[in-house]
Amino acid sequence: MTDLALAIAQADFPLPMPGATLYHYLLVSALMFAIGVIGFVSRRNLIIMFLCTELMFQAAGIALIAFSRFHLNHTGETFVIFVLTVAAAEAALALALVVLLFRRKETLDASSWAELKG
Amino acid sequence: MIDLLGNLFTLATHAVPPAAHGAAPDAAAAIPSALTLPVVFLPLLSCVLIGLCAAFRVKTKLPAWITVACIGAAFVCTLLLYTNTHGAEKPGVVTAWEWLAFKPSGWPAFVANFAFYIDSLTLLWMLFVTGLATLIALYASEYMAGDVGPGYCRFYAAFSLFVFSMACLVMGDNLVLLYLGWEGVGLCSYLLIGYFYKKDSAVAAAKKAFVMNRIGDLGLALGIWLTYVQFGTVRYAELWPLIEPYTRLALGGHLDQVPFLVQLIPVLFTVGAFGKSAQIPLYVWLPDAMEGPTPVSALIHAATMVTAGVYLVARFLPLYFASEWALPIVAWIGTLTALLAATIGMAQFDIKRIMAYSTVSQLGYMFAGLGVTALASHEGAAGGVFHVFTHAFFKATLFLCCGAVMHGFAGQLDLRKLSGVMWMKGWGIVGVAMLIGCLNLAGFAFTAGFFSKDIILAEAFTNPRTSAIGWILLITAGLTAYYTFRVFFRVFVGPKYYEPGDELHGHGGDDHGHDHGHGHGAGDHGHGHGAGGFHPHAPGWAINLVLAVLAIASLAAAIAYPVHWVQDLAHNASTYMVLGEAAHGGHGADAGHGHAAAHGTFLGMDPHKVMYYVSSIVGLAGIAIAAYLHLLGRTTAAKSRADGLLPYLGPIPKWAQNKWYVDELYGFLVYWPLKAVAHISYLLDKLLIDGLLVNGAGWLPKAGGRSLRPTQSGVLHDYALKMAAGVGVILVIAAAAMARSAANGGTP
Repeated sequence: MTDLALAIAQADFPLPMPGATLYHYLLVSALMFAIGVIGFVSRRNLIIMFLCTELMFQAAGIALIAFSRFHLNHTGETFVIFVLTVAAAEAALALALVVLLFRRKETLDASSWAELKG
Repeated sequence: MIDLLGNLFTLATHAVPPAAHGAAPDAAAAIPSALTLPVVFLPLLSCVLIGLCAAFRVKTKLPAWITVACIGAAFVCTLLLYTNTHGAEKPGVVTAWEWLAFKPSGWPAFVANFAFYIDSLTLLWMLFVTGLATLIALYASEYMAGDVGPGYCRFYAAFSLFVFSMACLVMGDNLVLLYLGWEGVGLCSYLLIGYFYKKDSAVAAAKKAFVMNRIGDLGLALGIWLTYVQFGTVRYAELWPLIEPYTRLALGGHLDQVPFLVQLIPVLFTVGAFGKSAQIPLYVWLPDAMEGPTPVSALIHAATMVTAGVYLVARFLPLYFASEWALPIVAWIGTLTALLAATIGMAQFDIKRIMAYSTVSQLGYMFAGLGVTALASHEGAAGGVFHVFTHAFFKATLFLCCGAVMHGFAGQLDLRKLSGVMWMKGWGIVGVAMLIGCLNLAGFAFTAGFFSKDIILAEAFTNPRTSAIGWILLITAGLTAYYTFRVFFRVFVGPKYYEPGDELHGHGGDDHGHDHGHGHGAGDHGHGHGAGGFHPHAPGWAINLVLAVLAIASLAAAIAYPVHWVQDLAHNASTYMVLGEAAHGGHGADAGHGHAAAHGTFLGMDPHKVMYYVSSIVGLAGIAIAAYLHLLGRTTAAKSRADGLLPYLGPIPKWAQNKWYVDELYGFLVYWPLKAVAHISYLLDKLLIDGLLVNGAGWLPKAGGRSLRPTQSGVLHDYALKMAAGVGVILVIAAAAMARSAANGGTP
């Protein structure tokens, strides 16, 4: 990456938050992912757990976009667009599953489903 | 007196050209194959025809008549062969077809044709084998009448096959054909002992006979192999000239120059002979073989097959001379077997079993006879072979008489439950035949058995080295006379009394085995004679005719002694030409050997002159003791004066009755150790192979699965936590790796 190229990039796309660096974005991503994991493990409500997985998804997306911007390479952003699309479809599927599970046992408690015990 | 008579006859018949040896090839043409081949193949034809009878479900006595006709024709052919070849003075070979011929690389060519060697020894054997087989087949036509149908066919097919095998054994011109016949007679013996295959004891006896014979056959097979290795051929005509130098060496006193392996061959042959001819230690099968139908006991297990061992020894006697141990083994084991079997026979109550032990005992006599004759005079096998010949007739007679009793009294064989049979209506011929057989076996003066036993005893005393054998055999002769007449005095004379056996038709069960169990039990009849509905049926024409012919034949066999008929046949066997020359040649050149060495005496007298009187007295003493103990003063069948002796004898009669516990000893020495080994192997297999290897291999994944199963809790949070923990671990490892690469200067 030459200084000239960097200058062109910064001229075309002024930084929204001049003080923010790659590390700040990654920190946000890591925190979001950690919150998602902790939420997924600690909560019993299927919908909350599903939302936590979405949170982890988006954390990964933020990390991808941050790296993409840092390297001035659009592959990461393109990839995130695809992931969002897939995530939308997957969200519809997951919610449908949750509805079906709720119809079975009239509860959203994940721990009431343990039939695959070895 | 007898010598004089003998010498008169000898002058007429004893002119034997000694030049026959070495002239075998050109003499071969002298043996007519048109007479030789039927002797072997007619019995085989009979076997095949009876097989067809079985296939077409013949329900008549046809198989019996086929057998009688075929084997009778074979006998006639043997007789014609004998007369046409003048007693086969010149041996010859008749080849049926070329059988085995191949050339192993580095070895001499192995040739064994399906060919027959005819000399006087062969003819002698085949004469009595085919003759007796014809008579016994006729006898069995009546005896086996209760089994007409498949059983009858089975019996006669095996019977014919036996005669064919025996012909191969005796007439084969090489050791391989002899071995084929040897195994063939063993097979037929097995089939016929196990004839009543529904009866456990018969099946066990058949197996016992087969296994015991197998041990002996191994010896014979090794001997044949060693013969091929040493001499490069197994054909008799080629073997004799090769054996001759060794025999000459041995007779010349240079036994140490005979190679060890050559000396080993006759020892191995002896193992085979002892198996087939029921000698210590392999004799225990023969008494049990009495489970077969009585005609079979008479033909195979008394008169013919069991003499195959004697034939083998007699045939290879020159080779026995060339061995340091073979002849003493043959003589001593034969002697000890004779004594042991006689003592067991004295204490048995089953008359057929007594006859079986007497067979073992007399076979021992034959071996002892071969051994002592050879050791004493370095001559042929006259003593032993003559005893084979006379024994065949009188023992067949005795067995067939016992069979007639068994047939008539519903299988009764216990001498305590039969008495005075001879005085019953229709039993006269059986009684007289039995008396003649017993006189022969007891060695009563001027009977055939007397003469043949006499040769053996005299020869034993001729040589000082074998006089101990002579004394044992003399004692055995007394014991034999006692137990033989014990049977006669208990069963055939005395007060009339009988209890029927447990078989309705009285012929040892039938093909379907339904006779046993619901026949006339003795208990149903009380203890009066003829009580209940049972009537003994006297023998019919076939049994009576055969017994009469056999009784006359066993008397007539005595004539063979003074005319030297059998002795000459034995002497003239092609095998012994070398012996005659060597022994007589040794006379002049080497006086220390041959006849010169044989100057033993019997209590200071010439054994050849005095033995007639001694053995007569011993035989008569045995008969007299039997008469005193078992005939005089006996009023019931069950008790006799002999019972009064029992308290003085302590446990000895019981031990003898239990066969000196030899079967138990074998059980202890062979059966139980083998069983222990088998059990240990079983445990090893079960624990180590099955347990550790097979089941262990299966257990591993099972146990692994069981221990990992708890991780599959089925709870979603559990999985999530583990996944998170896994991610954590990966992160820690990645961080550690990065820290390390940073410490190394930034490059991984």
